[in-house]
Amino acid sequence: MSEEIKGMIIDYVKKEYLEDDSEDEIDENTPLISSGIVDSFSMVSLKTFLEKKFDIKIPDEKATTEAFDSVNNIMGLLKEFNIN
Amino acid sequence: MAYSTKAKDFFKDELSGIHKAGTFKEERFIESPQAANISVEYPTGSPAKEVLNFCANNYLGLSSHPEVVQAAHQGLDSRGYGMSSVRFICGTQDIHDELEKKLSVFLGTEATVLFASCMDANAGVFDVVLGKEDAMIADRLVHASIVDGMRLCKAQLYNYKHSNMEHLEEKLKETQGCRFRMIITDGVFSMDGDIAKLDEIVALGKKYDAMVMIDDSHATGFMGKKGRGTHEHCGVLGEIDVITTTLGKALGGASGGCVSGRQEIVDLCRQRARPYLFSNTVPPVIITAANKVIDLISKTTDRRDKLEKNTNYFRDKITAAGFDIKEGVHPIVPIMLYNAKLAQDIARDMYDEGIYVIGFSFPVVAKGQARIRVQISAGHEKEHLDKAIAAFTKVGEKYKILGKGKKEIIEMYGY
Repeated sequence: MSEEIKGMIIDYVKKEYLEDDSEDEIDENTPLISSGIVDSFSMVSLKTFLEKKFDIKIPDEKATTEAFDSVNNIMGLLKEFNIN
Repeated sequence: MAYSTKAKDFFKDELSGIHKAGTFKEERFIESPQAANISVEYPTGSPAKEVLNFCANNYLGLSSHPEVVQAAHQGLDSRGYGMSSVRFICGTQDIHDELEKKLSVFLGTEATVLFASCMDANAGVFDVVLGKEDAMIADRLVHASIVDGMRLCKAQLYNYKHSNMEHLEEKLKETQGCRFRMIITDGVFSMDGDIAKLDEIVALGKKYDAMVMIDDSHATGFMGKKGRGTHEHCGVLGEIDVITTTLGKALGGASGGCVSGRQEIVDLCRQRARPYLFSNTVPPVIITAANKVIDLISKTTDRRDKLEKNTNYFRDKITAAGFDIKEGVHPIVPIMLYNAKLAQDIARDMYDEGIYVIGFSFPVVAKGQARIRVQISAGHEKEHLDKAIAAFTKVGEKYKILGKGKKEIIEMYGY
């Protein structure tokens, strides 16, 4: 299940943030925020995606740049909502 | 005293971190009026040096224009220095009303309200127009002041890949359940000098019943054949619902901004926009000078035409010299260097050659996208442009980057 969720998030990040001609590769450890792939402004799309997909509400204090900085970090955040 | 050692040490560490990251911003003291030729004390304490300025937003060269300066003097003499009031108590003079009407005519809008800055206009306008049932759909590269303004608004926030119309359309489809939607973009993006696809954006706005808002700070006064802005350039005059712009760039460069557009939106800003309600009025001296600026650029397009000519000349020559620039038509000309240190080193060497330009790197631009942002002005003469091109060529030869593209520059210097 968790591999399936990871794959789904990676697919979303690629589609939402990378340009069509991008050669960047993304895996579960790729830094997203600190690498500049996702900035703090565009992070909102990822938050909304997770909230809609898993029917959860991520409070602002948990939606930190650190919590969203890689797919593995996001998996850690989702664990708090019993999603893994 | 409540300023504890703990707090002091914390702030010092923060500053030290900024220094270590190489992003500490230093101010350079200019000892002359703003113009193509300026006198700069840099490093601080050294004798002033005459340099050519290629990093000001003085697009039309009006910042120190004699007629503008004279109009400012006249405003000072006839209407005083300050108003000691916000607009709605006792801070509105006849000249404020005159400028708002002139701006509406110039921009081709229904109404205009002045703010202390365009930052304030952007901070205020979204919260006035939109609520939690609504959606803001913004280009990912909008100016920081728009990002801050959207954060102050309760509407749901969406954003789309830079200038990607397919992605914008996806977001418009995604938000169809919202009461109102607003597409939000810069008219011209300040780091790349590229222009929003306003014709396509307006068409999408019509198709999906969404308002369109632009910040035209880097366009008002010179984009489009009459200089009205990006909406004129893209052939959509009268079709933008909200335009925010500044008096602090091409229009004399002092300060002040505005929200211009649909009558009801402007009227609501006067009632509810917090930066408007709680900021002092724009001082008379700026208003009379701005009125003169609008008169000058409404009477003739000479300055905007000269800016266009200068821009084309510089873009052609710097490309022919072998530099990798972002293509376009705007007087912002990004010279791409990709590596942050290379951008800083070249900016420093250019200053030694008498050309004042600035290197930009992460986090102002994306990682690996470091550049020098050259800004052309109608105040530049051909010999100024030639001197800058010669200096760039000399420095480019030193770093062996002439004729090199992105891949080769990155191979030589890294990201």
